[in-house]
Amino acid sequence: MSDQPLVSLRNPWFVAGVGITVGIAAFSAVVGLIWLPLAQPDLKLSGIWDAICSAAGVPRATVQDASIKPEFRTSNVVMTSEMLTKPDQVSIGRGATLSQRCAICHGPQGVSDANSPNLAGQFAAVTYKELNDFKAGARVSVVMSPFAAAISDQDMKDVAAYYAYLPRVPSNNLNAGLPAPAIVVTGAPMRNIPPCGSCHGDIDNKAGSPWLGGQSAVYIKAQLQSLASGARRNDISQQMRNVARQMTPEEIDQAARYYAAQP
Amino acid sequence: MLTNKRLILAHFWLAFIVFAVALVLGAWQMFVRSPLNAWHFNPELYYRSVTAHGSAMGYVFPTLIAMGFGYAITEASLEKPLVGRRWAWVGFLLVAVGAVVAMVPVSLGLASVLYTFYPPMIGNPFYYIGVVMVVVGSWIWVALTSINFTIWKRDNPGKPVPLPMFANVAGSYLWGWTAVGAALEILLQILPVALGFKSTIDAGLARVFFSWTLHAIVYFWLMPTYIAYYTIFPRAIGGRLYSDAMARISFILFVVVAMPIGVHHLFADPQVGAGFKFMHSAFTGLVALPTLLTVFTICASAEIASRLRGGRGAFGWITALPWSNPIMLATALSLVMLGFGGAGGLINMSYQLDASVHNTQWITGHFHLIFGGAIVIMYFAIAYDLWPHLTGRALESFGLMRAQLWLWFIGMIVTTFPWHYVGILGMPRRMAFYDYANPAISPQAFSVVVSAIGGFILLVSGILFMLVLIRGQFGTRGEAGAYRFSVPLHMPARIPVALNSFGLWLALMIGLTVVNYGFPIAQLMVLNETSVPAVYVGASR
Ligand code: HEC
Ligand code: HEC
Ligand code: HEM
Ligand SMILES: [Cu+2]
Repeated sequence: MSDQPLVSLRNPWFVAGVGITVGIAAFSAVVGLIWLPLAQPDLKLSGIWDAICSAAGVPRATVQDASIKPEFRTSNVVMTSEMLTKPDQVSIGRGATLSQRCAICHGPQGVSDANSPNLAGQFAAVTYKELNDFKAGARVSVVMSPFAAAISDQDMKDVAAYYAYLPRVPSNNLNAGLPAPAIVVTGAPMRNIPPCGSCHGDIDNKAGSPWLGGQSAVYIKAQLQSLASGARRNDISQQMRNVARQMTPEEIDQAARYYAAQP
Repeated sequence: MLTNKRLILAHFWLAFIVFAVALVLGAWQMFVRSPLNAWHFNPELYYRSVTAHGSAMGYVFPTLIAMGFGYAITEASLEKPLVGRRWAWVGFLLVAVGAVVAMVPVSLGLASVLYTFYPPMIGNPFYYIGVVMVVVGSWIWVALTSINFTIWKRDNPGKPVPLPMFANVAGSYLWGWTAVGAALEILLQILPVALGFKSTIDAGLARVFFSWTLHAIVYFWLMPTYIAYYTIFPRAIGGRLYSDAMARISFILFVVVAMPIGVHHLFADPQVGAGFKFMHSAFTGLVALPTLLTVFTICASAEIASRLRGGRGAFGWITALPWSNPIMLATALSLVMLGFGGAGGLINMSYQLDASVHNTQWITGHFHLIFGGAIVIMYFAIAYDLWPHLTGRALESFGLMRAQLWLWFIGMIVTTFPWHYVGILGMPRRMAFYDYANPAISPQAFSVVVSAIGGFILLVSGILFMLVLIRGQFGTRGEAGAYRFSVPLHMPARIPVALNSFGLWLALMIGLTVVNYGFPIAQLMVLNETSVPAVYVGASR
């Protein structure tokens, strides 16, 4: 056997063994702790040291104030499934008076002839949330926003209660026998689209999902398009944008026509 | 020259008895959770059984094989009796008693925590104490292997250590160091809670400690198999080992990189930073290297044997191999299973793909294929090869041996392929009951049935195996001659000091552990509020 000492720069095994090991360790540390974290813009890192700490798993208390604020407003309504489900008569009565201001567009009975959304029979929580979002600027409409700008919280609750109290009026083009398109019944699992009915009623109703039946097809289509493009982004946690973005134009058409014909 | 035959035989017999019992449990598990069973049992029994099966198959069985085979290697390759014979018996007794101490609470339903311990679940302390006894017993073997190696080197200055011994020492060092993780977990974290000194436990830290053990334990299981590939297979088929240096390099690579990669078992865990997950992944990629070297060297050795026997042609030589030889058959079947299992392993090691198979039946399918299949079939081969030398009686039932090996191979494929498949369909592992009437689950029913049938084939093979060994104890007496290992094609008279010693490689192994595990462990130890209340298993309800 060689008389060479093991630990010596003239021992090629030593040099190669240590060199390769240290080289791989250093390379993987640089890639894993510096390069990869910095390559992810969502992490909002403030520099190399921050990147290392984040990738090493150090809990970062500073994240809150350096916080990741979107450049647009988001909804500040906290949704619960119990919200505004127990209306009282006084509230409905006040709402009836307040709603006079809205009648020119949303119709005296909450049913519009002008492609403004129908409000009659809409869940109170939905009406309340949408008004809040218009007021806060989370949802924007040149036509609608001004009417929400000055409205008080109690007034919003009252109109919401009133419209929820009104009966849904069957739409003009009611055709309940229309076969439901696949996108409504089964969604598109491969594109992460659950059936519409799993949130919007029929199968299940999830808090904050508007009733769509009898809504004008033009309105539904316009909303789906603006949700898909991101022009409308007041849905909490992108619940609806995630769906709309994955829909094809044909599916949007089909869904709009279908819901417009439902009670 | 095998002098301590009783010692070695005791290890092998105990190993295979434990294996046989656990095998029955495995087949039962397969059956009860399949649609073949009409659901008339207490699900708690399933977890008891899985704990017993996992602990027996994962800890006791391979440890005893590594120890018994290790002592055989020490004596046969160094050609002198084992130093420390009494201590070896102490180690054996510790393992045997530890196994019983651990299994009593498990059978009573007091420690159904599964063999990975699963903190914050806490079972009866005797379960953990039993496991620690098994590990301590095996550490005695580590120490004895190291001592015998050192003494031989001192007596034979300048001579290359025989390859089998070199590999045996590599395996024992790897185990000695990798078992530290689980030992720390049990001693520092679990036992204080199990004994009632504390009521909370840092489950995240415990998982990190366990991952320290979890990957390299797989290579510890693998060591006897690889040693058999290199040092038994070429000799058994009448050939020569293609390269002695290649073999040493493979074993060295296992020592250095098998251990600091365990965080790849924690890809889905939040308590380890993404950067460390990446570093462990990088080294995980490296650990495929020694296996590729091995497959190459073994195939080359087979080709040498075949050409010596007159095999010719680019592929024609394959037909000239001695296929009726059980060792030949076992090695070939083992390599096929290693190939499939390795392909599955590549999927597990990639972060994104792992997310979809994590904690599904894919994982159990995977490790049964590679451990129960590729590795254990070589344990059978080792036993077949050694038995005549241990008992002084010939093993005569070659036909039975071949049937047994084929059945093990077929059974393993029939069991694990559908097992992988239902994992992809999303079937979670470690559950006692699946409602196959549910339309979402019913498509898995057929595959689970096939897999259960495979389990019964394995059971039959296991019974045949025991039969061969038992018949071997009553066969005709005959001197088997000295036990020999394969000879390399070229045996250099001098080899570099680095390929004949472990100092450098142990330093790298420990250094890499510190680099890859130091920070995650230190941080979790320092952080407050990472502990959760313990969940006691088997406590009175
Ligand atoms: C000048 C017409 C006009 C008036 C007056 C008006 N709205 Fe609207 N409103 C609209 C239009 C148009 C939309 C659809 C906005 C869009 O396209 O995003 C709308 C949307 C809404 C929505 C959201 C409906 C949904 O399903 O998402 C609510 C709620 C609402 N209005 C309530 C009111 C209330 C309450 C008033 C009275 C205080 C009122 N609106 C007054 C035109 C009007
Ligand atoms: C995960 C639940 C969920 C699913 C599935 C879902 N939606 Fe929605 N959708 C919502 C919620 C919540 C809103 C209200 C968003 C907000 O807060 O303004 C909404 C809003 C809408 C709106 C706007 C209505 C209005 O009056 O403002 C339309 C149109 C709509 N969804 C259509 C669909 C269609 C078509 C599908 C099926 C392809 C679908 N949605 C599937 C949750 C869902
Ligand atoms: C000989 C080789 C075998 C070894 C080394 C082995 C090892 C293991 C190990 C370590 C576990 C893990 C336990 C756990 O998840 O906690 C396990 C689980 C299991 N084994 Fe085996 N086993 C072998 C053979 C078998 C056989 C032959 C069968 C079937 C007949 C089988 C069926 C099972 C089942 C059903 C589980 C539980 C899986 C789960 O629910 O997650 N095993 N085995
Ligand atoms: Cu691993």
